[in-house]
Amino acid sequence: MKGMTVIVKTIASWVKVLIFLFGINIIIFGHLTPGGGFAGGVILASSYVLLMLAFGREFAEKNLSLPAASKIDCLGAFLFALIAILGFAFGGIFFVNYLVKYSQPLRLISAGTIPLSNIAIGLKVGASLFLVILTLSMFRPDVSTGKKE
Amino acid sequence: MAIFYILLLFMIIAAIIAVETKDLLSSIICVGAVGVGTSIMFLFLRAPDIAITQIVVEVLGLIILIRATISRDLTFITGDREFFGTVVSVVIIFVIFLAGIKVFETLPDFGTPLIAKVPNVASNTYIKEGLAKTGAANIVAAIILDYRGYDTLGEATVLFTSIVGAVVLLRRKNKKLLEEPDE
Repeated sequence: MKGMTVIVKTIASWVKVLIFLFGINIIIFGHLTPGGGFAGGVILASSYVLLMLAFGREFAEKNLSLPAASKIDCLGAFLFALIAILGFAFGGIFFVNYLVKYSQPLRLISAGTIPLSNIAIGLKVGASLFLVILTLSMFRPDVSTGKKE
Repeated sequence: MAIFYILLLFMIIAAIIAVETKDLLSSIICVGAVGVGTSIMFLFLRAPDIAITQIVVEVLGLIILIRATISRDLTFITGDREFFGTVVSVVIIFVIFLAGIKVFETLPDFGTPLIAKVPNVASNTYIKEGLAKTGAANIVAAIILDYRGYDTLGEATVLFTSIVGAVVLLRRKNKKLLEEPDE
């Protein structure tokens, strides 16, 4: 896994930024336009997967290592649960949208807890899908050495 | 409506090729063609949220499948299908189809929402009061993160648990543990 040719590497180094920004856009505007946390998170993960396919697994792991990715995964899950529990603390009901009365609709900062939940889910889904590909590609050398022995 | 039949024909042909071909790589590509057809179908049914999620997950799943098959030596399926298993599965699918005809009759026509048939469904309330109560212009986001928050929490938990399982099962072996003679 040393990566692909120079053409692929050059194009990938340009395109990865655009894909990452598009993922952030889909997450941030999830409560106004089509998209949301899940789709945006998958796009974030696919930008790192593009890095891994073009430059090799070691390069992608240098950018976002396995411990860091699992920490982001846990952080996203924790933030989403925290938003739900804060609804219990401020509004009295689990998952209630307690911030909605402070904002006007159709603005970027609106809809109370929905954009916050979108960000948390985006972090969670992106990190966990990157972890899936990382662990699956890491698993192969173990199999080959295991067969040789 | 003609576009739906063309897409449906395309997806059925791709699915049959995906099942019947011996080459694993072309089988995976045909599965991807089915996914793209589904995504375009959602787009024509005016459901862009689902279309985006479908195409993005399809691309990532395709990458995972191709990386899992290409590197292995086994890229062709050898051997024929078992006769007994095929007959049993065809019979089971036919029985389920016969039982499902009644259900299909109660469904609304393809592409028309449930509101057209039943006036007092829950989605009517979401569309009327969604913007005022949640403040989100995208009604799908309002439903999955506000009205149906528990559902999303369950989905996130399922994903989290499966990732934890995958990372634990497929981790690199600890060198210190391997070097120790006794565990």
